[in-house]
Amino acid sequence: MRYTFLLYSDPADFAHMTQDDWIEMKSVYGQYIGALQEAGVFVDTDWLHPADTATTLSMKGGEKTVQDGPVAETRESLGGYFVIDVPDLDAALAWAEKCPAAHAGKIEIRATAMDSLG
Amino acid sequence: MTDPTRAAEDAARASYGKLVAILAAQSGDIAAAEDALTEAFIQALRLWPERGIPDRPEAWLLTTARNRRIDAARRDKRVTFTDEMPEIAMPDPHTFPDDRLKLMFVCAHPAIDEAIRTPLMLQTVLGVQAADIARIFHLPPATMAQRLVRVKRKIKDTRIPFTLPDDVDLPDRIGALLDAVYAAFAVDWQEGAGDLSHEAHFLATTLADLLPDNAEALGLAALITFVEARRDASPVDGVYVPLPDQDIGLWNTDLIDHAALLLTRASALQAPGRLQLEAAIQAVHAERHVTGVTNWRALSQLYAGLMQITPSLGAAVGRAVAVGEDAGALEGLRLLDLIDADAAEAFQPYWATRAHLLAASAPQEAAEAYSRAIELSTYAPATAWLEARRTALRSRLL
Repeated sequence: MRYTFLLYSDPADFAHMTQDDWIEMKSVYGQYIGALQEAGVFVDTDWLHPADTATTLSMKGGEKTVQDGPVAETRESLGGYFVIDVPDLDAALAWAEKCPAAHAGKIEIRATAMDSLG
Repeated sequence: MTDPTRAAEDAARASYGKLVAILAAQSGDIAAAEDALTEAFIQALRLWPERGIPDRPEAWLLTTARNRRIDAARRDKRVTFTDEMPEIAMPDPHTFPDDRLKLMFVCAHPAIDEAIRTPLMLQTVLGVQAADIARIFHLPPATMAQRLVRVKRKIKDTRIPFTLPDDVDLPDRIGALLDAVYAAFAVDWQEGAGDLSHEAHFLATTLADLLPDNAEALGLAALITFVEARRDASPVDGVYVPLPDQDIGLWNTDLIDHAALLLTRASALQAPGRLQLEAAIQAVHAERHVTGVTNWRALSQLYAGLMQITPSLGAAVGRAVAVGEDAGALEGLRLLDLIDADAAEAFQPYWATRAHLLAASAPQEAAEAYSRAIELSTYAPATAWLEARRTALRSRLL
């Protein structure tokens, strides 16, 4: 079963990061991705530009609306995601615990709904 | 047993939790397991009164429920179903509590909202109707039903596993599980119906058997067993009998001995906790069957300890009762006065205790406190007892 980790963090926490901090962080994530790949559970990941660059589109009700900004305006914003493939929620939780993003913010874990769509 | 329908109902009800646990542990789908089982029950209630109760009612129900699920799966082409076992032997009886335990751990999983854990356990493990659960938790039936449906869908869709947590997670999860079992027990104990506390007793002793190295699991089993031992002593003739006034001849000494053994085993593990303290309080009360007296000093100290670990309204009132008996009514009242008035306002034991402690010094005030307790009482035997106390007090006032 595929699980998507939505990585939420407060951009203010990263405001004072130096270039070295960023290099360090990339390496930490690199190790995590390596661990996921080695375990054979890695599917995909991406690091997203900040939420204030987001564009929200909706075709709800047949009418197209395009808005500047994310879906939800919160202090913590979606910064990236991981997709992994593991047997159950406990396994997903165990990987989420090891994810560097969990230590800087929060991870929302969502199971794939594709399976039930057939 | 003269009524075959009633006998079938009893047999079915007694097996409910076990069978949901077995069926759901295989599919991960609690709602589907319940649906299949409901259909099997309906069939049992139709067939058993005519044909007689099968030799192994649980095996019959399990086979029928599984066949129902296979039929349902065939109807629903999108589902691939490989778990076809038309002739299944009953699992080893020892796997019963194990599957039930798995289901209990699912209900107490950290991904599940704390507020819904006990209701979910009541419904899936014990087979309590959603409407009854709603009444117990003071929620509209539709709201409770909706929440239960939602949480079962989450368990299925996010695939919360039916497994026993490993050693790393166990301490966290066992706490949630024990809380939920305790809540199931406490709810019924206060309402006084009985069926549910029997089941909670069964669950608690099962947990203690399966987790013999967990001091709090043993503590909960001891606590519930002590209280179960006094089932016949209150109410008597429809009237509640307070613990110190109970006829010890009506206590079940086998259960008391078993509870004491559980508590001794818990203490030996040297990991003290709230449930063991609460069990120790019950143990002191139970000692009256040997010593003939209640050791209020010991109870005062145990309640003081409980207030330090987990302060609660119940513990604060219990402490005032014990101190009132040990050091005098004025000391007890002093402790009652320390309790937050807003919190105590709707707490029946607070007013009953206040009335009891005021009876000698301020009978008029005591009668008013009894009236308040009577207003708040939702348990008929307790209401009857409180009314009798108030009448006795008023006759002294005249």
